[in-house]
Amino acid sequence: MVSTLCAACKTERAYIKRPKNHAKLCKTCFISVFEDEVHHTITSSHLFYPGEKVAIGASGGKDSTVLASVLKTLNERHGYGLDLVLLSIDEGIKGYRDDSLETVKRNAVQYNMPLKVVSYEELYDWTMDQVVETIGKKGNCTYCGVFRRQALDRGAKKLGIKHVVTGHNADDIAETVLMNLLRGDLARLSRSTSIVTGDNRSEVKRSKPLKYSYEKEIVLYAYHKGLDYFSTECIYSPEAFRGGPRSLIKQLERVRPSAILDIVRSGEDMARLIPGDSPSSCACKGQTSAPIAADEDDIGGCGSQGGRTSDKRMAAIEKQLRENEAHEALEIDVAKVKSGSSVGERDKQIDLPLRNGSGLARGAPRQVLGTCVRCGYMSSQAICQACMLLENLNKNRAQIQI
Amino acid sequence: MSNQTEIDTIPITVDFSGGLEMLFSNRRRHAVSLPAIDGAGKPANIAFLIDYLCKNLMKDPRTDLFVLDNHIRPGILVLINDADWELEGEEAYEIQPRDNILFVSTLHGG
Repeated sequence: MVSTLCAACKTERAYIKRPKNHAKLCKTCFISVFEDEVHHTITSSHLFYPGEKVAIGASGGKDSTVLASVLKTLNERHGYGLDLVLLSIDEGIKGYRDDSLETVKRNAVQYNMPLKVVSYEELYDWTMDQVVETIGKKGNCTYCGVFRRQALDRGAKKLGIKHVVTGHNADDIAETVLMNLLRGDLARLSRSTSIVTGDNRSEVKRSKPLKYSYEKEIVLYAYHKGLDYFSTECIYSPEAFRGGPRSLIKQLERVRPSAILDIVRSGEDMARLIPGDSPSSCACKGQTSAPIAADEDDIGGCGSQGGRTSDKRMAAIEKQLRENEAHEALEIDVAKVKSGSSVGERDKQIDLPLRNGSGLARGAPRQVLGTCVRCGYMSSQAICQACMLLENLNKNRAQIQI
Repeated sequence: MSNQTEIDTIPITVDFSGGLEMLFSNRRRHAVSLPAIDGAGKPANIAFLIDYLCKNLMKDPRTDLFVLDNHIRPGILVLINDADWELEGEEAYEIQPRDNILFVSTLHGG
């Protein structure tokens, strides 16, 4: 087969076919386009300010490794003036995390960045190995996810850093959009599409500079740049990608590669319809400042989102239902338009129940973000999720010891 | 097709990365002598290679982590001499001597 020339430089042979637009590019042009697009995402959503200290949530996996590499490159190339630090969580999983931490340690040397490791053991007095020993493999991802979220924030606080970036990519966002759509959880769908989560109520904000980057391109970027990353599956959630929305996303991509970004964009557009949450979109659509969404339950990122179960899902929906009350006028307007247009057209149309009219939403007090009475970490409940889980674990440990 | 060509093999290297190593004896690089023609007498292509790898190189029983419905599992990238297989005709690409075929998974870790 005759090789194709790069669509950008028109001199080198094309090695990459971009999923988003089918552009055929050579290695050099691909790497530069990939970096330019992340730069565009960063500048158009005003993600950083000069001199900002930023912690990169680093697992040693492909996404965070590429994120660290790209941020280092862009920081130097465009003079962001960022003070970048690698922040890793040691969940305490022998034969998995101890190996991947070795990758992060190598990255710290390769990228000349300081590395901070915080362990579940030092924060919670439990390693994931001990958790699984106590409760079994089933449901262990919930513990790990809740612990990790806090651990990243606490690690950042220890470093005096107020901004953590994570390697969530377009495929991750699309998966979350689909999953929340399937659950009917539009509140979380809205939050999950935001490039920045956590506002001035929380001490540490999160952002996802790779939210428009295809997983395929992240892997190809790592490959063609010869980046060193770790790709063994977590031993407690092996093959989490089998079945579920992740497989669906990949199959959709196979049929029509633009589907992934289309889902991300659909999620952003749906987010605009959710009361109380800011829409998230690129500034080239006219946005001037970074959209910020409150988020205290973004616990994904270990590839096990498909299998994660969340006890607080109902609580989150109820919370949103209460918040919706404040936006009732808006919803009534929408309802009016809907019923007006349907009169005479479809007499048999069944009115769907409006969620904000449900009994449980009425009269409940609005939740206020406070701090956990036990650990002092931010929480909307008196006792935070991590402390609730720890209480359960500690009871079980006591029983075993007896 | 003559009977002679049936014993001919093509020397190639096959690489696995991104977590696929675990399905292939935890080794990244394998030297493979691929039969030059497939069972139907056609020149060996990528589709034939994938089937051949499943039957001959993979010791792990979890073939569905590599192949789904007789095609490479969506989410696994195939690079032919470093080029995206989508530029080379995908499954229909006819394998040449000393080709390097890389299977890299995007599905693991993060």
